[in-house]
Amino acid sequence: MGVRDGIGTPWGTRTPYGPGQRWPVRVDSHLADGVAPDEVDTWVRTAAVLHSNGDGMDLAVKDGRLVGVRGRADDRVNHGRLDPKDLFGWQANNSPDRLTTPLVRDGQGELVESTWDEAMGRIVERSKALLDDQGPSALGFYTSGQLFAEEYYTLAAIAHGAIGTNHVDGNTRLCTATAAEALKESFGCDGQPASYSDVDHADVIALFGHNAAETQAVLWSRVLDRLAGPNPPALLCVDPRDTMVARAAAIHLAPLPGTNMALMNGLLHEIIEHDWVDHDYITQHTVGYEELVQQVTDYPPERVAPICGVPAGQIRDAARLLGQAQRLLCTVLQGFYQSHQATAAAVQVNNLNLIRGMLGKPGAGVLQMNGQPTAQNTRECGADGDLTGFRNWANDAHVAELARLWNIEQGQIPHYAPPTHVMQMLRYAENGTMRLLWVSATNPAVSLPELTRVRSILGQDRLFLVVQDAFRTETAELADVILPAAIWGEKTGTFTNADRTVHLSEKAVDPPGQARSDLDIWLDYARRMDFRDKDGEQFPPWSEPESAFEAWKKASEGRPCDYSGLSYDKLRAVSGVQWPCNADNPDGTERLYANGKFYAQPDYCESYGRDLITGAPLEPTEYRAMNPDGKAIIKAAEYLPPNETATDDFPFMLITGRTIYHFHTRTKTGRAPQLHHAAPEVWVEISAADAEHLGIAEGDLTQVRTPRGQVHARARICGIRERVLFLPFHYGYWDTEDPAGRDGHRAANELTLTDWDPASKQPLFKTAAAAVTRLTAGDGPSPAPTTTASAPIGTDVPDTQGDATTQVTERNADPAGAAR
Amino acid sequence: MKLGLALRELHRSEKSLAKDLLKVSDRHKAEHEIHHVARNLAAWSADHIRGLATAARRYDVELDADVPESSGPLASIRTAISALSSSRPEPGLLLLADLRRLHRKAAGVSLDWELLAQGAQAAKDTELVELTRRCHPQTLRQMKWTNAMLKTLSPQIIAS
Repeated sequence: MGVRDGIGTPWGTRTPYGPGQRWPVRVDSHLADGVAPDEVDTWVRTAAVLHSNGDGMDLAVKDGRLVGVRGRADDRVNHGRLDPKDLFGWQANNSPDRLTTPLVRDGQGELVESTWDEAMGRIVERSKALLDDQGPSALGFYTSGQLFAEEYYTLAAIAHGAIGTNHVDGNTRLCTATAAEALKESFGCDGQPASYSDVDHADVIALFGHNAAETQAVLWSRVLDRLAGPNPPALLCVDPRDTMVARAAAIHLAPLPGTNMALMNGLLHEIIEHDWVDHDYITQHTVGYEELVQQVTDYPPERVAPICGVPAGQIRDAARLLGQAQRLLCTVLQGFYQSHQATAAAVQVNNLNLIRGMLGKPGAGVLQMNGQPTAQNTRECGADGDLTGFRNWANDAHVAELARLWNIEQGQIPHYAPPTHVMQMLRYAENGTMRLLWVSATNPAVSLPELTRVRSILGQDRLFLVVQDAFRTETAELADVILPAAIWGEKTGTFTNADRTVHLSEKAVDPPGQARSDLDIWLDYARRMDFRDKDGEQFPPWSEPESAFEAWKKASEGRPCDYSGLSYDKLRAVSGVQWPCNADNPDGTERLYANGKFYAQPDYCESYGRDLITGAPLEPTEYRAMNPDGKAIIKAAEYLPPNETATDDFPFMLITGRTIYHFHTRTKTGRAPQLHHAAPEVWVEISAADAEHLGIAEGDLTQVRTPRGQVHARARICGIRERVLFLPFHYGYWDTEDPAGRDGHRAANELTLTDWDPASKQPLFKTAAAAVTRLTAGDGPSPAPTTTASAPIGTDVPDTQGDATTQVTERNADPAGAAR
Repeated sequence: MKLGLALRELHRSEKSLAKDLLKVSDRHKAEHEIHHVARNLAAWSADHIRGLATAARRYDVELDADVPESSGPLASIRTAISALSSSRPEPGLLLLADLRRLHRKAAGVSLDWELLAQGAQAAKDTELVELTRRCHPQTLRQMKWTNAMLKTLSPQIIAS
């Protein structure tokens, strides 16, 4: 048993292991000051909700309040470990500024306390009036990546089934839309091919725009433990920042933002040229290889090098590492997903594994990662606009199946066009054709690009804005009605992480005041709207979490994301089960696509795909002709320069991103003192050469500008690529004197541009031209953490560390003896 | 031999399409996807124009390789009007009309490529056949894009 500083040492003590061995257990726990383990009343089962890793954990409850957390030794995802957000983030539940009653606008336009009857009455009245006047196209729903499957399924049933609007999306659009789209393009269907346990077997792990050390810290601990053990894997890192991943990598490529597609074509060019290719696999299991060969002919390393600003020799070295790997695991995240040509570039990673035949075997696979904890459920259940259960909106038989399941008319479910993504919904609100927007558990007034525009749209009088949240966010400040929501720990439901692991999260404590679960709120709305199915029965027919889960199981049965073999009881017995879990796979499924079998048959696939450049959906007949046997699809694309490039006035490329200590817009993590102190204020990262050129010293206050706005941030001089700036996107305005942020200079999205990937519709947060100038001298170093990618070059910056309240107990144990 | 004529006609229609794509891009700056993708598609047409100009030399036809880089002297007025009217629904119908026109124009270009490809094959001009193989699929993708955007955006515009 040991003790560590949960802030200063985010990845904990090493427990080295070798290839093919089981990752050792290390149980991390943290209890509130003054609470001893034997004073805990109950431990309640859940999993992490502040990132996509899905760490299994128990919540400690004493006197009806949360008092701490403990990792689950028996969980397949984390083997007991917890990261800083898992350890300290739960304190937000106990925050004194939780929303506890509904709020509505009074006659003077002020938000005042109200009752559920009054607040819901206003929403219902407006909904009915708009449905009468314009129809379903007047209503839109924008949800989250933090709710439970039961809630997303309910929202999908209400929006797509009962109301029949095509305007449903989740904030997963900002983080994992490209993961979903890239999987649909290559495999005909969403669904993570690989598994975290592939880290145990891989000999090469390539991370493409994936700062795993901060976005999935416990998975990174697993990689670190492999690196510390015998026969470690070699890492390839593609990232313009000097991340912890970059420092651990055998090869680090730092391409200029916006040039991923050129780099991928260069890597594939080398792999094909050297014939590091599994021709049998390609012939038996794929279509489209010839097109790829032809496309990458134009991308020799000498041509790619000046585009990406990466030496040709490095591109060759990286290609050799990838090409000669025996067990190749590739992972992808925001560095690709939020950048120019997002889907096209992410698809090339799939292509890499396909042409090398590295799929569906231990250590060989692709992880198209998620950013948010329950993003997978947003996608599966249809709350991101896709049809429930990975059904294909362009396949009438799938729509008919869903209509039968819901016992409604087929024409009620919108399937005349792709679902409306959030940026398009915003446009409809802007031009006045979408008149009610219901935002749940997310904060677009900080997280969407070009905030001046976002605020002006959400703040319009003619838009009826409903915000359902646990806190009074920047978005809530603009709302007409605010509904107080119960959160994780205060309600029961299931959610699924980035490697398809389903966890049950049980209610540990009561929500504060009158707060209600999102499930209860939507079902209440459905009852007040008096939605009915074809037989006049109330719709949706379920009434609480477990019956909603049973309904969702039926909706998923026979689809790739099959939950039919799961139950709450089973999830109470096993900590984490990977779907598909059904009669054939009662214990779940570790890897998809073993033996080269895909979900891509024309009658079964979730999507017919899109043109990677134009985003135009393929017609069913085109897909059928291209891929009659349902093989994997190799799709090629050319490199296009970004839509916004550096100029004399804006000579830098600005990228935004995360730090390990915060989640999304800090709604929760900013209210956990340890996390807040670790990264209390926005900063900007700049290279030493650029800082010297501009006369900027560590800690100086700078102004970062783009044509859209400006942000004031203190400079951290670090190992980021020259001519690139980085801003964390977490910082908004709720904890400032201007909580709506009307004149704000703090949120990174004041600067980002309104542009999105045509295929995945994911907004681009990593391709904006910017300028930076020094405003005033700093009175000390920048508030950026020193433990992570923002580590300073100078040595006179004090280390980020915790205090007496950040102690974490580490206990090494095997699962059998780990009990408690 | 009328290949020169076919080249000249295709060059004219590609140039007109490129210019119209830029015009639509400017006129609908508030529709961000239209604005950006239309410019990328105009770049395809520009590439085609350069290829045609090179090919035409072998047939003693003088075609300029200049490609439109903006929609003309009114470009800034077009984008300004789009920005000013971004909060109004009316430009929606104009957008549908523009997409419809672009689609028809791209269909014309596609037919011109078809004619050129047939003629090039009959004349056994392999270089020209190769040019049509490279360019024509992109014209078809321009058509599919206009069709797809029309299909995606029209329900809201018409039903609201």
